Amino acid sequence: MGEFFQALQQFSFMQNAVAAGILASLASGIIGTYVVVKRITFISGGIAHAVLGGMGVAYYLGADPLHGAIAAAVFSALLMGFVNLRAKQHEDTIMGALWAVGMAVGIIFMSLTPGYNVDLMSFLFGNILMVTDPVLRILLILDAAILLIVAVFYRQFMAVVFDEEQARLRGLPVDFLYMLLLCLIALTVVILMKIVGLILVIALLTLPAAIAGLYTSKLSRMMVAASLLSLGFTLAGLIASYHFNLPAGAVIVVLTGLGYLIALVAKRVHTHLLRRQSQSSVGVEQ
Amino acid sequence: MDKVISIEGVSFAYDHRPVLSDINLTVEPKDYMAVVGPNGGGKTTLLRLILGSLKAERGKVRVFGLPPAKARHMVGYVPQHGVFDPDFPVSALEVVLMGRLERRAFFPRYKREDYAAAQEAMGLLGVDNLGEYRYGDLSGGQKQRVLIARALVAKPKLLILDEPTASVDSRVEQDVYELLSRLNEEITILIVSHDLGFVSAYVNKVACLNQWLAVHKTEEITSEVLAGLYRSSVEMIQHRCAL
Repeated sequence: MGEFFQALQQFSFMQNAVAAGILASLASGIIGTYVVVKRITFISGGIAHAVLGGMGVAYYLGADPLHGAIAAAVFSALLMGFVNLRAKQHEDTIMGALWAVGMAVGIIFMSLTPGYNVDLMSFLFGNILMVTDPVLRILLILDAAILLIVAVFYRQFMAVVFDEEQARLRGLPVDFLYMLLLCLIALTVVILMKIVGLILVIALLTLPAAIAGLYTSKLSRMMVAASLLSLGFTLAGLIASYHFNLPAGAVIVVLTGLGYLIALVAKRVHTHLLRRQSQSSVGVEQ
Repeated sequence: MDKVISIEGVSFAYDHRPVLSDINLTVEPKDYMAVVGPNGGGKTTLLRLILGSLKAERGKVRVFGLPPAKARHMVGYVPQHGVFDPDFPVSALEVVLMGRLERRAFFPRYKREDYAAAQEAMGLLGVDNLGEYRYGDLSGGQKQRVLIARALVAKPKLLILDEPTASVDSRVEQDVYELLSRLNEEITILIVSHDLGFVSAYVNKVACLNQWLAVHKTEEITSEVLAGLYRSSVEMIQHRCAL
């Protein structure tokens, strides 16, 4: 552990890594809560994989792949929102298509781009140790946008996610809010991509929130708990991967997965114990 | 006085399967009307047309003289309590407060009037001590009363309830109908039910719906009328507040 803190003090790449981890945790806690509660994990995965298409095209055109990522993410989000409104019966299939075709397009364009493509691996599996200052600035802006929008639309998002019919009756712009939420998911995917890569984004997006959901009964508390858990797993994974010289993104995901497993088991045991307790004190009821 | 609901010559079909045929229905102010009929007879579709979530292919639907979508702010709607995710992290109070939402509701805080209205409505329904509990942890009857409170907080002039006493025990059922009778002094009430039994003691009109609609004053409802509606021999159970 000591070496890690030494590295933290000495190297700016490590400081940036921790900063990126903090920013990512905020986004994953807040937006991950909506994803888990509204059960749209599949859609989020589709957006994540489609992002590679945008990055491939950006690369080919000589532009910043991060910009391509943001554009592709938002485009996928809007597309899925549109499908949900107009062609709901095909939503599942189109989602799968977006997932696979998006990635395929990205790979093709990357192969068409002259030059050595070491970045493909880092996009797929994260490169938290290679976060530059400009990238950190973009992450900060994305985070600020997400926080602001969630704050402004907090009650309306909750209404749409809990009871869409009622939200419509109260005159809320339900379609717009759903699209907006998907766009926020898209931005979060891009942020998380830096930490754990596209393939593993789903884990960091949903598992901390899922753990939080087992133990909280208010949306706001679930968001806070999810963010803290996400931060914990990210930092722990960072330290462990530094120590054992393993890829950071993968270690973070493994720790998060283990955490979820433990939380599930703990919750089961907890519920079981409570049930036994109430039965023994009251007597078995007929 | 203006009619609360006016439905003229309305027909509706799902993928060429007719669900409503040439429906004519009038609801006057302060009516307390039950819409009964077998499942699949079109009751939910009728509600959706009145609420504006569906548009009639033929005929006209007017609520307070307006197209349904424009009259929504005057309508309170109580869906069945079982349609929500039981694990959703929301408290009973937060559910009731959602009834006060509007387009310009920004940032997380509700206003003082919102909390006051929520407290009042929950008190009326006898659930004001349950505010901090998670909605999903409440019993069926408690959930239903929370949803009724949610429909009341915006002070609607028309209250529509969809099977409000399904899976609720008869004591609570009676309490709910009594409360609705008191509210009926100010508010027009429309209840959808698949079971006429208990509710007949309280309502003043019954609309029998099974693709076609016939309205009766409650006294006129006989077993023959009901048999025709359900197309089989039906026993009408008459409760007389013996609980």
